Amino acid sequence: MIALLKRDLALSVRAGGGFGLALAFFLIVVTLTPFAVGPNSATLSTIAAGILWLGALLSCLLSLDRILALDYEDGALELLATAPIPMEGVASIKALAHWLTTGLPLTLAAPAFGVLLNLPPEGFLWMTISLAVGTPALSVVGTFGAALTVGLKRGGLLLSLIVLPLYVPTLIFGAEVARRGAEGMAFQTPLALLAGITLATVALLPFASAAAIRINLR
Amino acid sequence: MSERLPKPKSLWEYANPRRFMAFSGFLLPFVAVGTVATLAIGLIWGFFFTPDDYRQGSTVKIIYIHVPSAMIAINAWLMMLVASLIWLIRRHHVSALAAKAAAPVGAAMTLIALATGAIWGQPMWGTWWAWDPRLTSFLVLFLFYLGYMALWTAIENDDTAAELTSVLCIVGSVFAVLSRYALHFWNQGLHQGSSVLRAGAVTGTDTEEKVSNVFFYPLMLSMIGFAGFFVLLILIRTRTEVRARRIRALQARERMA
Amino acid sequence: MMPDLGKYAAEVLSAYAVTIVLMVVLLVISLRQSAKTKAALRVIEAARQAKKAGGQETNG
Repeated sequence: MIALLKRDLALSVRAGGGFGLALAFFLIVVTLTPFAVGPNSATLSTIAAGILWLGALLSCLLSLDRILALDYEDGALELLATAPIPMEGVASIKALAHWLTTGLPLTLAAPAFGVLLNLPPEGFLWMTISLAVGTPALSVVGTFGAALTVGLKRGGLLLSLIVLPLYVPTLIFGAEVARRGAEGMAFQTPLALLAGITLATVALLPFASAAAIRINLR
Repeated sequence: MSERLPKPKSLWEYANPRRFMAFSGFLLPFVAVGTVATLAIGLIWGFFFTPDDYRQGSTVKIIYIHVPSAMIAINAWLMMLVASLIWLIRRHHVSALAAKAAAPVGAAMTLIALATGAIWGQPMWGTWWAWDPRLTSFLVLFLFYLGYMALWTAIENDDTAAELTSVLCIVGSVFAVLSRYALHFWNQGLHQGSSVLRAGAVTGTDTEEKVSNVFFYPLMLSMIGFAGFFVLLILIRTRTEVRARRIRALQARERMA
Repeated sequence: MMPDLGKYAAEVLSAYAVTIVLMVVLLVISLRQSAKTKAALRVIEAARQAKKAGGQETNG
């Protein structure tokens, strides 16, 4: 399984692998926000936590169809199905690879982007933590969506339509933690719920993803 | 084909397409008549023969379409969930097709609930839309319906589509429940308190604000009528799906012959 | 015949209008799809019967 992880990471870092794309997209979203809502610092301050979460979420969405589609197209996915690793393991590794190359870099970059959006200073820590806790869920849920649509030629938009409603709980609690952290309010409840959702999806969703991949490989 | 089918020994035998077509064909006219009757009586009674609410004026009449449509919007998804489970576990094609048939009905009901809710909300809350958790969860539900229907349409192979959409329905249901709690956490909302009705108010378990009897009976009739409408459409649409599937099977056989 | 809906007449009527229109549209579309598939199925099955009958003639 480690071999699979290393292979996926290597593939994505290579040229054409799309590694920096998510970060670049995140930067673009952050840059476009003031154009959309006006440069007033007070406004930006209020919405910064939410925009960072939205931007991270949308950037994650971008690289989702790459998780499985490339392997599906060249037959590698079928080979993986016959490998000694269970398909659930494959799904989990794929999600992990996605997080390492998308969610994690976004989380690390978020404080820098927070500066651009005038995030209140108290907010930096908890916003980053909320992203760190929440983005794994985004990767796992995204992998499920990718598994459902892996057989489709241009499934990108459908993938977004399916995955975005599933992101709602993570987004709500994650952004809530970030907001409350910024305002100095109690954030334990949303943080616990966010962590709960992430843990549950990481543990359970790979089964559904594996089922979907097997169905598509038939 | 006029041979009498032997009496079914269990409910599961209705999952057989031929038996399903026979049974649903038999039921159809009764459901149609029953639906038209209850809907007509319920709505006409509610619209023409009930008084205005002292606080909400004549807008209270929207209750006869808003509450039933919201109820069906949710129950349609539940039915799809059960049908999806039956497909995955017992492999009855009719079940998968019934879920597919139900989705547009549920989506339409969700739209009706949203529209009537917004129209009712305007004079009551002073705004067309508010990110109240109940309204928002219906919006999210609508998105779930869209994703489900889109997945069915996108996949060519019937059986693959049935499998994948059922998995989506099940996972989606879990997230729908999660979202509901998340939304209530996110915003306490306007639906609460003395503003508009809650489920408790309708059934009378909530003593603070109870729907008085004068509204209750036409509301019950409307709800039954809407439910009948849902069943009617499921029957019609599933029959269409069963036929469509048979057409594709025959065409496939032709191509191979 | 129309009850006095007072100042909320527009709201109540438009709510009912939206509901009825959507329900009718749904019903009509479903009935049309049903009729189309019924007809298509009949055509295909008739073709099959014709083929079978033709086949039997040449075999017999």
